[in-house]
Amino acid sequence: MRYFQEELNELQRRLLEMGGLVESAVHRSVVSLVERNEAEAEAVLRNEARINQMEIEIDDFAVTLLACYQPMATDLRFLTAAIKINHALERIGDLAVNVVKRALRLIREPPVKALIDIPRMAALAETMVRGSLDAFVKRDSALARQVLLSDDAVDDLLDAIQDELARFMQQDPATVSRALVLLLAARNLERIADHATNIAEDVIFLVQGVDVRHHAEPPS
Amino acid sequence: MSTSADVLDSQRSAGEAKIRVRGLDAYYGSFHALKSIALDIPSHAITAIIGPSGCGKTTLLRCFNRMNDGIRGFRAEGEIRLDGIDVLGRGVELTELRKRVGMVFQRPNPFPLSVFENVGYGPRVHGQGNSSRLVGIVERCLHATGLWDDLKDRLGQNALSLTPEQQQRLCISRLLAVEPEVLLMDEPCSALDPIATARIEELMQELKRRYTIIIVTHNMQQASRASDYCGLMWLGELVEFADTPTIFTRPHNPRTEGYVTGRFG
Repeated sequence: MRYFQEELNELQRRLLEMGGLVESAVHRSVVSLVERNEAEAEAVLRNEARINQMEIEIDDFAVTLLACYQPMATDLRFLTAAIKINHALERIGDLAVNVVKRALRLIREPPVKALIDIPRMAALAETMVRGSLDAFVKRDSALARQVLLSDDAVDDLLDAIQDELARFMQQDPATVSRALVLLLAARNLERIADHATNIAEDVIFLVQGVDVRHHAEPPS
Repeated sequence: MSTSADVLDSQRSAGEAKIRVRGLDAYYGSFHALKSIALDIPSHAITAIIGPSGCGKTTLLRCFNRMNDGIRGFRAEGEIRLDGIDVLGRGVELTELRKRVGMVFQRPNPFPLSVFENVGYGPRVHGQGNSSRLVGIVERCLHATGLWDDLKDRLGQNALSLTPEQQQRLCISRLLAVEPEVLLMDEPCSALDPIATARIEELMQELKRRYTIIIVTHNMQQASRASDYCGLMWLGELVEFADTPTIFTRPHNPRTEGYVTGRFG
């Protein structure tokens, strides 16, 4: 079994490497949006290809391990969770790129308003991504559940941002195009948080063998 | 159905070949057991030959060290080049060949002698009379198969009193004592329980660093776990040969797909 375990460890290592790249992409995308930082935006765009390449490599590796070792129990749950987490990470990477594209559009124009809720939402989304990956590394389902519970706050913030931007646009129609871009960026951040909850759900399944998807309240 | 050329094409990237087979046909009397086999066995790797019963995998394995020669009515045509020398050629010295290409069988077959004498037998036959050198050889070979710690104080014990797994390891030690280059294994774990099987497979992973290993197995899971390359035989033909992940994730030949998915064979 020694060699299979080494291969599992290698798969985990690669997933965490990808997780690190994606966390960095999310952070930089938020900085580019909130601080109007073009250099950070460019960095995210440069690193996107590596994240996409890793998704392909990790999937291929996981499928090979499934075929060659026919794993059972925790090993099987780990491999299927790894495939799903891999996909969620790549989607988060894509969304970070979307945020950056919005940021680059906004940087070219005067700022719309003091961004209060967006930085708060962005910080929460980043924390959730980091938390879900921590939970995966530590095989900690309690930590994963905390990530799930944070999602409501993100959704509430998005609602608040939508309402505020709507009022803004009504008061000053000249801001409409910029406000819409900002709204899309907020929506991208909310989707990042959603993918973090998907990762957390996969971790709970991996650790406890319990599928908590689509429940209103995760079982304690 | 793959042609020989297709099978060889798929092996281009396999690296250095220890054994090259070309146009190998084998017969038991009028029965055509192996049909135009072409194959490169990669060096320092584990190659598994798989396929349904009667497909010719053991016949093929036994061609590599001419173990079929003793079977009445058997003949082989074609080429099997071990480091460039054709083992089917005239003038090949069989004892020397079987020193270079050793074999492990399904049922462990230690000699009814002590542990020490089992491992020392081959070197003695090949002229190693120096007793302190023999001691060194026996110790090295028992270490190589993980038997030394268990048996170092029991070297005089009769080999037949060992567990089946220990007996199989001892048979491998016996092989290693004559410094082979290729290890042929004919269903080496069939007589062992799953835990012993896992341990022998782990031993194979260590041995492949120094030797080239060819294993015949009817156990697909063993082939997928333990081998680097895999060839599927079917009714005497080599249908497909590729690296193991390819055979088990995206085989090219429909027969391979059918066999590894358990749909037929």
